[in-house]
Amino acid sequence: MPVEQLGITVLWIFLYGYLIVASIDFGAGFYAYFGRVIHIETAIAPIISRYLSPVWEVTNVFLVFFFVGIVGFYPQTAYYFGTALLIPGSIALVLLSIRGSFYAFANYGAGKSNLYLLAYGATGLLIPAALSTVFTISEGGFLAVRGNTVSLLLSELFFSTYSWAVVLLAVSSVLFISSTFLTYYAARAEDRTALGWLRLFALWAGVPTIISSLFVFIALRNHNPHHFARTLDVWWMFALSLLCFIAAISMILRKENYGMAFIMVMLQFAFAFFGYGISHLPYLLYPYLTLSSSVTNLAMGRALVVSFVAGLILLVPALILLLRLFLFNAKYVKGQT
Amino acid sequence: MNPVQWSRALTEMTLAFHIIFATIGVGVPIFISLAEWIGIRSKDEHYLLMARRWTRGFVITVAVGVVTGTCIGLQLSLLWPEFMRLAGNVISLPLFLETFAFFFEAIFLGIYMYTWNRFSNPYLHWLLTIPIIIGSSASALFITMVNAFMNTPQGFTLRGGVLTDLDPVAAMFNPATPPKVAHVLSSAYLTAAFLLAMIAAFSMLRGRRNDYNRKSIRLNMWAGLVLAAATIWIGDLSAVFLAEVQPEKLAAAEWHFETGKRVPLFVGGQLDPHTHEITGAIKIPMMLSLLATHNPNGTVVGLNDYPQEDWPPLYVHYLFDGMVGLGSYLLAVPVLFLLLRRLKKWNAYNRWMLAAIVAGGPFSLLAIELGWFYAEVGRQPWILVRYMRVSEAATKNPDVGIAFWMFAALYLLLGIVCVYVLSRLFRNKPAELELEERRIIL
Repeated sequence: MPVEQLGITVLWIFLYGYLIVASIDFGAGFYAYFGRVIHIETAIAPIISRYLSPVWEVTNVFLVFFFVGIVGFYPQTAYYFGTALLIPGSIALVLLSIRGSFYAFANYGAGKSNLYLLAYGATGLLIPAALSTVFTISEGGFLAVRGNTVSLLLSELFFSTYSWAVVLLAVSSVLFISSTFLTYYAARAEDRTALGWLRLFALWAGVPTIISSLFVFIALRNHNPHHFARTLDVWWMFALSLLCFIAAISMILRKENYGMAFIMVMLQFAFAFFGYGISHLPYLLYPYLTLSSSVTNLAMGRALVVSFVAGLILLVPALILLLRLFLFNAKYVKGQT
Repeated sequence: MNPVQWSRALTEMTLAFHIIFATIGVGVPIFISLAEWIGIRSKDEHYLLMARRWTRGFVITVAVGVVTGTCIGLQLSLLWPEFMRLAGNVISLPLFLETFAFFFEAIFLGIYMYTWNRFSNPYLHWLLTIPIIIGSSASALFITMVNAFMNTPQGFTLRGGVLTDLDPVAAMFNPATPPKVAHVLSSAYLTAAFLLAMIAAFSMLRGRRNDYNRKSIRLNMWAGLVLAAATIWIGDLSAVFLAEVQPEKLAAAEWHFETGKRVPLFVGGQLDPHTHEITGAIKIPMMLSLLATHNPNGTVVGLNDYPQEDWPPLYVHYLFDGMVGLGSYLLAVPVLFLLLRRLKKWNAYNRWMLAAIVAGGPFSLLAIELGWFYAEVGRQPWILVRYMRVSEAATKNPDVGIAFWMFAALYLLLGIVCVYVLSRLFRNKPAELELEERRIIL
């Protein structure tokens, strides 16, 4: 596989990892706040904090890994996206910073005040909305490139149906992924009250998720017909995604196999995310940047791939240890240690 | 202000804020590990409690370090897109590796914090500190490599704006890497020693004169002695390195204009910007030659050998002197403390000594700030020395000012809340209360 394809494959896998772990984290923040508002906090808060406490930093690293990696493999992206996304990027950074640090303040420091929880819950929905605009912009039509400057056409972005469809999909996916995971986690912890609520959240979040993903297809057809045509080439991936969604929802409805249901949700998003990614290629930023026009030199590409493999050899055992100690440790999950 | 100036201001602000937390993040794990190890070995509950309490404060500073580190990581592309487009081809390898190092640290920190009583063999829990130390120090190593590369770029050939003959490994191991990495690491460890000693000395000044605090001060002052000596020695090596490789950076710090032998050293003073005459400074004959070449007769290159538009701002002299002065203070305090402890009739924990130790905390952080400002401002006007100027690298986006104020508000909020949370954490649960809870007899 040539280095430019290898690079994007690696980065896309990591971005998929971020999509899953960050969605769980973002959504959990929202549910924690929502739980306090409707007075069921005692039921779901312990589940949420027991899962999140050990892993929140790891989540953040997935994102850093992606943007450092994309600038490493495709230095041209730094120029286009970097110049255009100064303000939206800064807003996303400020939100991420508030979220990460306030999480630590509330968890390791002072007690949980309402303000902490509000900041934590609100950023859980705002950050995915802000981050998802990068996907929107990559479809083209929102940047003005004149000579040596790249600027973002904010009003076009704001009044675009496609952009809102993506935001809606991002937010509802976050709520769906997170609630299906927490349902599984609550079932493992044998916490019936929490399970009841989270199962309900999962069912309700599934509805806007599937509606908004159809909506994204329709809007994409109007916004970027070229990309839309390419998605039809890999229609089977989106069909599989839909099948996984149906399987997951039916398992949750029948109150069985919550673990398998969550795997189905992961597969649903894997098929959709990779289907989207494959049909997006060869463009990184339509129509300015393609993989081959922005890729780094061969020496750097090789060095990055080698260090990536070496890094994985180090990280995978460490991650397995983390998961075994917390996520898959029945005693810990039930709060007995 | 234009986008270039705003970009510089925002980068300076982010780095100045981040470096505090980054330094704590690199330095403190060593001491947590040391305290836990002593505690397990000598079955001394005081040291085990020290490790626990330091960890609790540490994770809060790590959180702020993580988010501000994410900010600076992305700001590299947001504020300096032209730099990343060029330099990204040569130097993204250590940036990439840094995320792995951090990943590694984050995983083991998470495990460490939540497994205090989960292993029957206490050394197994202590072992978890090793990957945390490796991860945090390796992060500092890789990031400092990028900074070193900006000072002494190599590993590529630039022909008509196109990079050829790329060698990412040579770029990482550029000439400035060894002195810079050594200085960054030793000064971070030193700062951590003083910050931790500061907490114990402060609580002794407030009347909590117990063994827990005494042990903490003793441990940190011993470490401080070794680390301050090492930092000053490495700083001396860095000066020799600068004199050889980046003479204009050293010359600007020392207000040295005419290349010559037997060059005196000026400490403090005032400079006439036109005649370059120095008034009111302490003049030490032949000292700069001695520092820069380890030979009183050595030749030191002066600024006049360089075109004036390539000179760094000359106020870096004060940054340099301030850093060196504070470094000397940080050596003097542990020397004095350990001497007082030897002399039995003196009380090493008297009020003045404790106050001097407390002052060492903020002073060590100030020295770090001055050192970084010297390192960065002293590189001006270059972002990539002799290849790219700062003015060519900045974003063309006119809205950098808005971003500046957004981040200013963010850092203000994080700074205030972090100090509040940390002080509440230690005030609500002083060590003696926790000692009692854990049934440790004072």
